[in-house]
Amino acid sequence: MFEKIWARHVVAEGPGGHVLLYIDRHLLHEGTTAAFGRLAKSGRRVRRPDLSFATADHYVRTSPGSPTADAEIGAMVESLGRHTGEQRIVYFGVGDPRRGIVHVIGPEQGLTVPGITLVCGDSHTATHGAFGALAFGIGSSEVEHVMATQTLWQKKPRTMRISVDGPLVPGVGAKDVILAIIAEIGAGGGVGHAIEYAGSTIRAMSMDGRMTVCNMSIEAGARAGMIAPDETTFAYVAAGPFAPKGDAWRLALAHWTMLPSDPAAAFDREVELTASAIAPTVTWGTSPQDALPITGRVPDPAEVGDAGRRESMARALAYMGLRPGAPLDGIPVDRVFIGSCTNSRLDDLRSAARVAAGRRAVIPAWIVPGSGLIKRAAEAEGLDRVFVEAGFEWREAGCSMCVGMNGETARDGERVASTSNRNFEGRQGKGARTHLMSPAMAAAAAVTGRLTDVRTLTA
Amino acid sequence: MEPFQRLTAVAVPIDLSNVDTDRVIPARFLRRDRDVPEYSRFLFHDVRFDADGGERPEFLLNQAPYRTARIVVAAENFGCGSSREAAVWALAAYGVRAVIAPSLGDIFHQNCFKNGVLPVILPADVVAGLRRQLHARPGATLTVDLQAQTVTAPDEGRHRFEVDAFRKEMLLTGRDEIGLTLGFEREVAEFEARHAREMAWAVPPRPRA
Repeated sequence: MFEKIWARHVVAEGPGGHVLLYIDRHLLHEGTTAAFGRLAKSGRRVRRPDLSFATADHYVRTSPGSPTADAEIGAMVESLGRHTGEQRIVYFGVGDPRRGIVHVIGPEQGLTVPGITLVCGDSHTATHGAFGALAFGIGSSEVEHVMATQTLWQKKPRTMRISVDGPLVPGVGAKDVILAIIAEIGAGGGVGHAIEYAGSTIRAMSMDGRMTVCNMSIEAGARAGMIAPDETTFAYVAAGPFAPKGDAWRLALAHWTMLPSDPAAAFDREVELTASAIAPTVTWGTSPQDALPITGRVPDPAEVGDAGRRESMARALAYMGLRPGAPLDGIPVDRVFIGSCTNSRLDDLRSAARVAAGRRAVIPAWIVPGSGLIKRAAEAEGLDRVFVEAGFEWREAGCSMCVGMNGETARDGERVASTSNRNFEGRQGKGARTHLMSPAMAAAAAVTGRLTDVRTLTA
Repeated sequence: MEPFQRLTAVAVPIDLSNVDTDRVIPARFLRRDRDVPEYSRFLFHDVRFDADGGERPEFLLNQAPYRTARIVVAAENFGCGSSREAAVWALAAYGVRAVIAPSLGDIFHQNCFKNGVLPVILPADVVAGLRRQLHARPGATLTVDLQAQTVTAPDEGRHRFEVDAFRKEMLLTGRDEIGLTLGFEREVAEFEARHAREMAWAVPPRPRA
């Protein structure tokens, strides 16, 4: 599948195996506004504004009624509005009900479709690969390059197929699967690779679940992660306002059904996991690879042979304030964050609501929907009432406490049960201690005040 | 872009693996203009300085022999995580022009090339050997020669590295990549014409307002 999409987008061959790759979709957010400034300064314009789409998510606050934390951020958001207006780029801005996290609204609007190349100045762009697109994150200079030329110089990555097969245990979902995968191959395991996720477990997932899996490809080191499109994909895409319609839809569908990898396709690396072996998973350290089943214990650096690994584990445990050997289940938590481009979609909110229903949050717990439209859809189902009655805070769409740049952060030393994607030191605020987990597990932590095996609540 | 040809400079070893770009530059500095004079202070800010802005003495860049480092010798997967190009800008603002590691975060790796910073990939045992020498002789220098594709260690050991012909040429000349690509206008226009025939559906329709 990767090869098919790549081959379709080669504009020219350069030296050293580099090709000039055509980009079908460029998604922008207010964090990439600087590239507009540099472009203008060089007297250049956006080559294909009709293939570029923008939203404000990273810096926008999610508390009702105050979109930005200060004047400087206000100016950034305003600048994105001005640049997109001048270049006639569709902008889902503040006040637009379609506004939301860039990796949530691309698919929601039907902008993300199978078979295309898609880039964004954000490392979680692999999310869109869930639709069978080649999607990857780029830096600010590459953003400017795509604006000016609609292309990028790229070297073909190696390919890796990760197959997950069999039924998942109740209480286990897509987030647990991807955390288990990262723990298996390591935070650098996918460097230089495009990953294809395959197997019956992946095929049985909803698009929301598939996006959760592809989203965290970068946490395994891979710039791109993808899943072959199927009926589940087509049904989701068809609902998007920007998806092909009529004859274009029929032609697209004919193309998309040819995309999946041939059964004999060869990959540079193959990894296999058995779904039934995956338990609800949480991280204990400061890298997403530091993930274990909730039934496990905080690992002991003294038991590790490699000196470098021993030292980095000891450092992670000191930062996290954890004692080797302590059971993960039962570690007290100060705060819960349910949201981010990993876990803020309707399925995520539903699974958290099932746990929250009829219970009471004993610590501050935020629910941040991924988009204005998801917020509305959740409210139409009554999920907001479930959360509010359970003492959770129901907020506006945005990246919020995942990125630590919009004024929404945890305090120094606070322990956060979070559905986001990174447990790096300082990611959720200076000194904040992040445990990554699924929305159901985060909701369980909210109602018990501790890391909790969600299966003990739902059994 | 400032070209990179050959550099002899003090190198600082960083032994921790999976150093993420949030650590290289925390998120709260990302909105800052990269031309501000204090930009180099943002580099490794939260591990380099304490809450009062004082230097943490255990951090190597705060130790006299390493202060003038212009080369970083790192461990596996340095620069993983966020795509923030500011991680490279902060390194460059400090004066760093080369990062040597067994592997680098893919996006960070690309971002280096765009900013005149040379990423060098060498086998893990070679890089570990370089770090050991730099710990043993604080302030020792390395020489990185892009034309010859070699790193010369303090012990005079010379290690050859691979670099793409395309990226090598761009770094050696400091050429503007966008300017280069704009020279491919004819190819891009031809591609777009063909793409519009074969994958017309790939251009999203404009929904009625």
